[in-house]
Amino acid sequence: MKYVDEFRDPEKAKRLLAEIEGLSARITERLGRPLAIMEVCGGHTHSIFKYGIETMLPRSVELVHGPGCPVCVLPMGRVDDCVALAETPGVIFTTFGDAMRVPGSKKSLLQAKAEGADVRMVYSPLDALAIARDNPDREIVFFGLGFETTMPSTAMTVLAAEAEGIENFSLFCNHITIIPTIKAILDSPDLRLDGFLGPGHVSMVIGTRPYNFIAEHYHRPVVIAGFEPLDILHALWMVLKQIDEGRAEIENQYARIVPEEGNAVALDAIARVFELRPYFEWRGLGSIDHSGVRIREAYGRFDAERRFSVPALKIADPKSCQCGEVLKGVIKPRDCKVFGSVCTPETPLGALMVSSEGACAAYYQYGDLAVLEAEGA
Amino acid sequence: MAIASAKSGPERQCAEHGHEHQNAHKTESARELQRGCEHERDREHRPEAPAAKPRKKLAGSVVTLAHGSGGKAMRDLIDDVFVGAFDNDLLAPLDDQARMPLDTLTAAGDRLALTTDSFVVDPITFPGGDIGKLAVCGTVNDLAMGGARPLWLTCAVIIEEGLAIETLRTIAASMAEAAREAGVAIVTGDTKVVHKGACDKLFVNTAGVGVIARERTLGADRARPGDVVLVNGRLGDHGAAILNARGDMALSTPIESDCAPLNGLVEALLAAAPGTRFLRDATRGGLATVLNEIATASGVGIEIEEAATPIAEEVKGFCEILGLDPLYLANEGKLVAIVPAGEAEAALGAMRAHPLGRDAARIGEVREAPRGRVVMQMLFGGRRIVDMLVGEQLPRIC
Repeated sequence: MKYVDEFRDPEKAKRLLAEIEGLSARITERLGRPLAIMEVCGGHTHSIFKYGIETMLPRSVELVHGPGCPVCVLPMGRVDDCVALAETPGVIFTTFGDAMRVPGSKKSLLQAKAEGADVRMVYSPLDALAIARDNPDREIVFFGLGFETTMPSTAMTVLAAEAEGIENFSLFCNHITIIPTIKAILDSPDLRLDGFLGPGHVSMVIGTRPYNFIAEHYHRPVVIAGFEPLDILHALWMVLKQIDEGRAEIENQYARIVPEEGNAVALDAIARVFELRPYFEWRGLGSIDHSGVRIREAYGRFDAERRFSVPALKIADPKSCQCGEVLKGVIKPRDCKVFGSVCTPETPLGALMVSSEGACAAYYQYGDLAVLEAEGA
Repeated sequence: MAIASAKSGPERQCAEHGHEHQNAHKTESARELQRGCEHERDREHRPEAPAAKPRKKLAGSVVTLAHGSGGKAMRDLIDDVFVGAFDNDLLAPLDDQARMPLDTLTAAGDRLALTTDSFVVDPITFPGGDIGKLAVCGTVNDLAMGGARPLWLTCAVIIEEGLAIETLRTIAASMAEAAREAGVAIVTGDTKVVHKGACDKLFVNTAGVGVIARERTLGADRARPGDVVLVNGRLGDHGAAILNARGDMALSTPIESDCAPLNGLVEALLAAAPGTRFLRDATRGGLATVLNEIATASGVGIEIEEAATPIAEEVKGFCEILGLDPLYLANEGKLVAIVPAGEAEAALGAMRAHPLGRDAARIGEVREAPRGRVVMQMLFGGRRIVDMLVGEQLPRIC
């Protein structure tokens, strides 16, 4: 496959791995402990498992799977709000497919659909707008979620609805922003991370500058990485090189996609439609200041939270769930008390088991091969 | 399906054994087995129901509730659409059951295989086939995977009122064509029409009967370390074709469903590799699911190689864009064979000599460990577990 196979070249991988092994051996000998590098983005987590990258790395480099899976960090209360909106008479509730299975306190959207709610899977918010156009006598609600990656397309859809004068479309906004969350993780007292693979697609929108504080204040290297397996190995090598040389900088491995200044058009659309919320609730991490956005007053008529009454109840994460510790790299998924027993992809208890981008779901689906083979299972 | 009544009295003895039938499409074995019952039918029913009766022209262009009423309209629909297309002597009397003799069956094997499958694919026509072809191939393949020679199929349809009769004709014709290719006869059926919205256009159920030769034993629990894993061609075409045909993705690809009856290929494979442990068609859940079922049932590990697993470039690209894994995409004309290492080359040769196995490949082998797990050696260098599919990747693909 042209433009893809180039980024999956096994020979180049071998050369990079040899370099990574040399660097990590030198650093861990100096530090006297293994290295922990967090990949922030769920897309990276998925690639790492899909290509078996952990099975290729030296044991002295541990990958910690970060909070960058928007479906995973959606709190139960917000799912309950989705279900309530979907069950409102006259509403067609539109959503990306991977949000359908996320459990609320009573049911998921998939269960609500089975019980008769009109829930439709779409591939883009513009599909939801088309449904609104085709169903003038119904209320169409789009479930907007994701980081800065999906925020621009939702913002553009709201702008398009306004320009077209479509009145039966609204957005249930659950967009979140990654920077405050990285900061919260860095501020956590049990932090044990040596560096970061920065999210590629978020950075395509926001650019590389918002990460500067990580290098400046926390002295941790960040390398913004692409999603192909060679991208990930290359970025990892760049992080190790910084650590080895005593540097902490923001570097861009994904320069073919990510410009330093981000995407001005996308940022403008976001700024026009959205404003920061004082705080937003994350599953597994709790409430984080300025970590979510809502629709500005000027576009209030497209805001499902203003248009409908949503219960907006706060539902606590299950007590036995240790997602927060996994997210911060304190424990591995397999160390969680309920992993694979009470909490499975079919009946997820914790956030990280929900989407294939979640660390626990990835561990469950792709398995912990190294452990399995060590046990001789 | 009742086959037990065929020899219930002396008057049912069939006498005409030298007679050659006009159904030239049937395979030698199937014709051999089907002959007895056709004679029986001839004698019992021809005086009352002459086969030469001209088909009535149906009034109107869409199916209405009247066509499911059990009255004249229904009889006309069945006559015009199904009986004409399926055209065989076992079906012609249109009794409540088809009747077959046992003695010819017992001569061909010592076990019957019976299977049933319902088809609700959306859309009902897609590149490479339609719901009718799928309904015949699916059931034929389910029989063939057990080592059975498929003989007779049933066809039950549930039609949403308003379906164009022309559409129904096209689908019946493609069922007939697929049955001809597989050498099976569709011998009895049922037609129901439901209110608009009570089903989506057309649902089809087929049941099938086949006979298993005495020496054949295939089972998911028979895989042993050292056995090899073979497939008969490129994987994932059907799932990708269906998803693409829905048009939601606004992608344009030439991918066609691989929908095909595999009984001929299976006969060739089993003749070349009689020690074959297990066969399964990789339908819903794809290759990954079948391999996991085998690993669990046999208590073995299975290791496959990404580099050896045949997947069309178009399907790879399609999956790449949509974030799907082709290992989980459905196939409707692909099988997985577990074969002892010593017979692997013979099995591969036999499959590659068959039109439905030209791209057959050896994709991996059975190992002691990890027990119950499937592991894939990735081209990139890593290894990963290939687990069962969790949740639904794509609904209504068959």
